[in-house]
Amino acid sequence: MVLQAYAFYVLAAVTLLAGLAVIFARNPVHSVLFLITAFFSSAGLFVLLGAEFLAMILVVVYVGAVAVLFLFVVMMLDVDFAELRQGFAKYLPMGIVVAAILTGEMILVAMSVAGSGAAKSSTGPLTHVGPFSNAEAIGRVLYTDYLYFFQAAGMVLLVAMIGAIVLTLKHKTNVRRQNIADQTARTPAAGMRIVTIKSGEGIEA
Amino acid sequence: MTIGLTHYLAVAAVLFTIGVLGIFVNRKNVIVILMSIELILLAVNINLVAFSVFLHDVVGQIYALFVLTVAAAEAAVGLAILVTFFRGRGDIAVDNVSVMKG
Repeated sequence: MVLQAYAFYVLAAVTLLAGLAVIFARNPVHSVLFLITAFFSSAGLFVLLGAEFLAMILVVVYVGAVAVLFLFVVMMLDVDFAELRQGFAKYLPMGIVVAAILTGEMILVAMSVAGSGAAKSSTGPLTHVGPFSNAEAIGRVLYTDYLYFFQAAGMVLLVAMIGAIVLTLKHKTNVRRQNIADQTARTPAAGMRIVTIKSGEGIEA
Repeated sequence: MTIGLTHYLAVAAVLFTIGVLGIFVNRKNVIVILMSIELILLAVNINLVAFSVFLHDVVGQIYALFVLTVAAAEAAVGLAILVTFFRGRGDIAVDNVSVMKG
C-alpha cells in the first residue's frame, strides 16, 4: 500500500511537471515530447486506479498516434517559433492569477465532493467487477448498453478522417489527370475525322 | 497513507489549470494551444476514471473512452486546418486568423 502511494506521488508529479513543461518549453518539439511524457505517466495513474484498458488505449492512441501527428506537423511547418512567443511575459502574470483561482476553486470543490454524496459511501477503489477483468467489464457494458454510442464514435472518427483529407489534399494544376467520364463519352465521331487529301499536296493540321 | 478520490481529483484539477494557463500564455502559438487542449481533456479523463473506480461504476470509463475518441478526432482536424492555414499564409500566428472570415 505504501509502495502504491509512492507510485501515485511520483506519477502525479511527473504528469504535472511534464504538463508545465509543455506550455513553457521554448521549442515546440520539446513540448510534444513532454506531452508524450504527461500522457505516459497518466497512463500509469490509470493503471494504479485499476483502469488498465484505458491506460493501454491512452498509450496506443496518444503516444502512438496523436503525439506523432503533432510531431509531424511541428517538424513539417517551417515557422519562426521565437516570434510566436511574443506576449508570453505579458500574459503570464494575469494567466497565473486566473490559474491560481481556478485551481483553488476546483480543489475546494473536489475535496467537498469526495466526502459527500455517493462518494461518501464508497468503500474504496474497485478494480474488478465480479469475476471480470477491466477490459471485459468495459466490453460487456460498451457493446450492450452503449452500442449506438460506440457506432457514433466510429462515425466521428470517419468524418474527422475525411475532413482532414479534404482539408489537406492539394490538386496540382500542372499535372494531367485521367478523366474517365471524358474517356468513356468519347465517340468515333468526336475522336477522328476523315480527310481527303489531294495527291501531291500535304495536310495541314 | 492511502490514496483516495481527493488525490486524483486534485491532480486532475491542477492539470486542467495548467492547460488553461497554456492557452493564456501561448496566445499566438496554435500548436501549443492544441496541446493545451489535449492536457485539459486528459485532466477530464482522469476525473472520469477516478470517479468511475471509486463509485464502482464502469460507465465512467466508457465515457472517458468517448472523450478520448473525440479528442483524437479534434487533434486530427485541428492540425489539418493548421497545415492548410500555413500553406495559405506562410505562418501560424493566431492573431492573423481573422483574415479567414468571409
